[in-house]
Amino acid sequence: MRWTWIDRFTAFESGKSATAVKNLSLAEDYFADHFPGFPVMPGPLILEGLAQTGGILVGEANNYQKNVVLAKMNNVKFHREAMPGEQLTYTTTLVDLNETGARVQATAHSGTELLAEAEILFAHVSAAQLPPGLADTKFVFSGELAHLLRMAEAVQPAPKG
Amino acid sequence: MTRDEIFAKVRSTLVDALSVDDDQVTPNARLKADLGAESIDFLDIVFRLEKQFGVQIPREELFPESIFQGDATYVSNGMVTPAGLQALEKQMPYADLSEFKKDPRLDKVEDLFTVDLITRYLETKLAKN
Repeated sequence: MRWTWIDRFTAFESGKSATAVKNLSLAEDYFADHFPGFPVMPGPLILEGLAQTGGILVGEANNYQKNVVLAKMNNVKFHREAMPGEQLTYTTTLVDLNETGARVQATAHSGTELLAEAEILFAHVSAAQLPPGLADTKFVFSGELAHLLRMAEAVQPAPKG
Repeated sequence: MTRDEIFAKVRSTLVDALSVDDDQVTPNARLKADLGAESIDFLDIVFRLEKQFGVQIPREELFPESIFQGDATYVSNGMVTPAGLQALEKQMPYADLSEFKKDPRLDKVEDLFTVDLITRYLETKLAKN
């Protein structure tokens, strides 16, 4: 299963902020079941998109040398539903970063309208903390996500103002 | 900053981080057993304390979880050895180990992490600054 919940980075400033967009198409599978006759994007998938945007921001700050794992979300608020045809903008700002982990402030907008917000806590997981026998000790920034990382590298900081 | 002021800030930090009520956060409350903290909450708490108090809290300094990992001389048959107790005292000089020493079971180490422990730690830390 594909588990990439952002389409493109639109701005990236190393160690500071990252912005990505997610286009919602009625062709996406989940709309059929969530809900029949009333398609809205499940809130947790918005949070996953925010976590992927913020997680790459955190990972890049250490050149993707550490495993960045979503640990906790605080103060999650949903202001309204997201509908097919909308483009969501996920904006994440690095609040704290240290050896143990990181904290990111995240918002989801449609146009200028705030749809959701959260404070996301990430933990750095060292090789010693992983279950024994794992083939890939850098399991986070590989596979599908590697493609996103290249996109992140290709974009510039957001214009000021 | 007085001890009461430190405690008040620690309390509001824990209320935010753990979604608990004010009156649950008593000095003797244990973070895990009484306030429901999980290991990841400790990271959250450290970030918040750093902001609240304007201090740097290096990894393992406030919550030295790994103190007994990988050293058999510190733990024997699920009990912390005298050498282990010494190491604990050295690493956590702000902890009150008097009760723990009577029955030093390894699985009781986490009960040392109380609200009062955080307050004392910050008291020591702020006095140095």
